[in-house]
Amino acid sequence: MKIAVCVKAVPDTDAKIAIAGDKKNIDFNGVRIITSPYDEFAIEEALKLKEKHGGETTVFSVGGAEATDVLRDSLARGIDTAVHINDEEFTNLGPLGTAKVLAAALKDGGFDAIFCGQQGVGGDNNQVPAMLAELLNVPQATIIVKLEIDGAKFKAEREIEGAHEFVEGSLPAVFSTQKGLNEPRYPSIKGVMAARRKEIAVKNAEALGVKGQFAADNRKIKVKEMALPKERPVGRKLDGDADAQVKQLLDLLRTEARVI
Amino acid sequence: MAEGILVFIEQRQGQIRKASLEALSEAYRQIGTVGGNVTALIIGKDVKTLAGNLPKYHPHKVLVADSGDFENYSTEGYAAALAEGIKSVSSKYVFAANTNMSKDLIPRVAARLDAPCVTDVTEFEVEGTNLLPKRPQYSGKTYTVFEFNSPLAFMTLRPNVFAIQESSNNVNCPIEDLQVATGDIRAKVTETHAASGSKIELSEASIIVSGGRGIKGPENWPVLQSLCDELGAALGASRAVVDAGWIDHQFQVGQTGKTVSPQLYIACGISGAIQHLAGMNSSKVIVAINNNPEAEIFKHATYGIVGDCLEIVPKLTEEIKKMNSNN
Ligand SMILES: Cc1cc2nc3c(=O)[nH]c(=O)nc-3n(C[C@H](O)[C@H](O)[C@H](O)COP(=O)(O)OP(=O)(O)OC[C@H]3O[C@@H](n4cnc5c(N)ncnc54)[C@H](O)[C@@H]3O)c2cc1C
Ligand SMILES: Nc1ncnc2c1ncn2[C@@H]1O[C@H](COP(=O)(O)O)[C@@H](O)[C@H]1O
Repeated sequence: MKIAVCVKAVPDTDAKIAIAGDKKNIDFNGVRIITSPYDEFAIEEALKLKEKHGGETTVFSVGGAEATDVLRDSLARGIDTAVHINDEEFTNLGPLGTAKVLAAALKDGGFDAIFCGQQGVGGDNNQVPAMLAELLNVPQATIIVKLEIDGAKFKAEREIEGAHEFVEGSLPAVFSTQKGLNEPRYPSIKGVMAARRKEIAVKNAEALGVKGQFAADNRKIKVKEMALPKERPVGRKLDGDADAQVKQLLDLLRTEARVI
Repeated sequence: MAEGILVFIEQRQGQIRKASLEALSEAYRQIGTVGGNVTALIIGKDVKTLAGNLPKYHPHKVLVADSGDFENYSTEGYAAALAEGIKSVSSKYVFAANTNMSKDLIPRVAARLDAPCVTDVTEFEVEGTNLLPKRPQYSGKTYTVFEFNSPLAFMTLRPNVFAIQESSNNVNCPIEDLQVATGDIRAKVTETHAASGSKIELSEASIIVSGGRGIKGPENWPVLQSLCDELGAALGASRAVVDAGWIDHQFQVGQTGKTVSPQLYIACGISGAIQHLAGMNSSKVIVAINNNPEAEIFKHATYGIVGDCLEIVPKLTEEIKKMNSNN
């Protein structure tokens, strides 16, 4: 089987986030970068499939220099080869642009299964996997918590509100992974050492045949402005013993907040 | 120039999603700015009667893609119907509720029509006849405003944020059939199993009672569930207790769980980690019950009670029970 994994380099989930001077992005200075947590399930599922069915695994990431460590993290966990898709033109691409670039990189790879995280934390777009499936003209199953593959067929279980649904389809396909699918392994020391020596292939816009396609004026979506959230008004702590607190709370919920 | 807003109405098993009606109501409120018409599109098998419920939310037209092909959800079948609907009215914007069906469907159709998409919108800014969607990112630590440079753009709206606007009078509008050639469907839903336990869906609940490690153990969920029952609330949880195996992941609120935006969120024994706040800090009113007066959650709570949640919650349940029986 040929298996692809797409990973996104994102700020650590408890990093302090500041907005950059141009208000179009966050300030990455001093922010620790990690593999987006959902992508760890994608990596793990790719490794498990390979262990079961044999084949090779390739990881792709679109990003600047920050993506290198994330790709090494995938290699350290056991992914065979890594492709870093990096070009000035790809800065702040947005989901549609990212999906197009990934599609260009993946289209001739002959992949049977392509794994993404269900959402890149931070941006929280939930878009790239379904867009990628469309651009590659293959079926998809997103937000999956279980996957079985039998020859060229798959059966996936996905989470929906208040229920689980089962999707059956054919490979090749794109899958986006949700917590619950598997327990991601940690990189072993041996893996980390081996990953350091592995070469990461780098592809730019020219190599992918998309040069100029993502120039600033061609962008269909732009960030206008990033702002800090409105501060929540300072709340109040209720006094007295438990009975008094409960009475006071109910009173406030009814008469002040009017939510019950 | 493209005009108007098409709203994708999600239905499952003959039930229209409340959040879809919120999106439809918001389209009605914004249509004066955008120009053109509001079109509601519903897809399914035997959904004509359901479609008849939509005119009171003020669309100019309802499109119905009704066919045996849509008995079960499939990304490709629904994508074909949605793309066809958009083409038939050549709308400028497409709205949908930000649900797991939308997360599967909307970006696929956006890519098909080469259009940008913004998910989980909580607010709109306006510039001329253009809508500029605004949404939280980075665990709610920033709000981002986007602008489009495209004749067509997709937006999904966070459930429970936009009000439903429903007419009590009889409102009529044309209800038209939409013919769809679905083409090849290579993956489709074959079964759906309702999740056990959850009575009210978390992401659409207007009241949520959540428990964290402070509830001490899974044997204490009934304490919280009783409060839920009295309030008509949904039960939620922190990741710490999901990881500890006290409750299923579908109950988890936060960055790697569900994003919720209820009128009232009651956090019991939850410390208020940034990843938890990411999932619930757009709630209207937050109540925190925690025995540590220094807990971070108090900085975000509208009302805070310093105390043992296993003592406070039963008292709260008792008082509400009294209130309910007096009404
Ligand atoms: C990548 C990543 C993603 C994450 N995603 C999520 C997510 O989606 N959702 C999420 O919730 N977390 C998430 N977390 C975990 C998060 O960082 C916290 O660890 C978690 O939210 C803590 O859960 P808690 O508040 O239940 O437990 P704790 O932090 O242990 O807090 C327990 C609280 O209960 C109080 N307490 C103890 N006894 C009582 C009592 N008798 N009565 C009242 N109060 C009491 C304590 O004072 C304390 O404040 C994520 C972490 C990472 C790294
Ligand atoms: N820059 C990127 N490079 C590689 N994969 C990406 C990138 N952005 C998003 N993805 C993939 O798409 C998933 C969903 O991301 P998003 O749509 O941004 O929430 C991620 O979990 C990744 O698997």
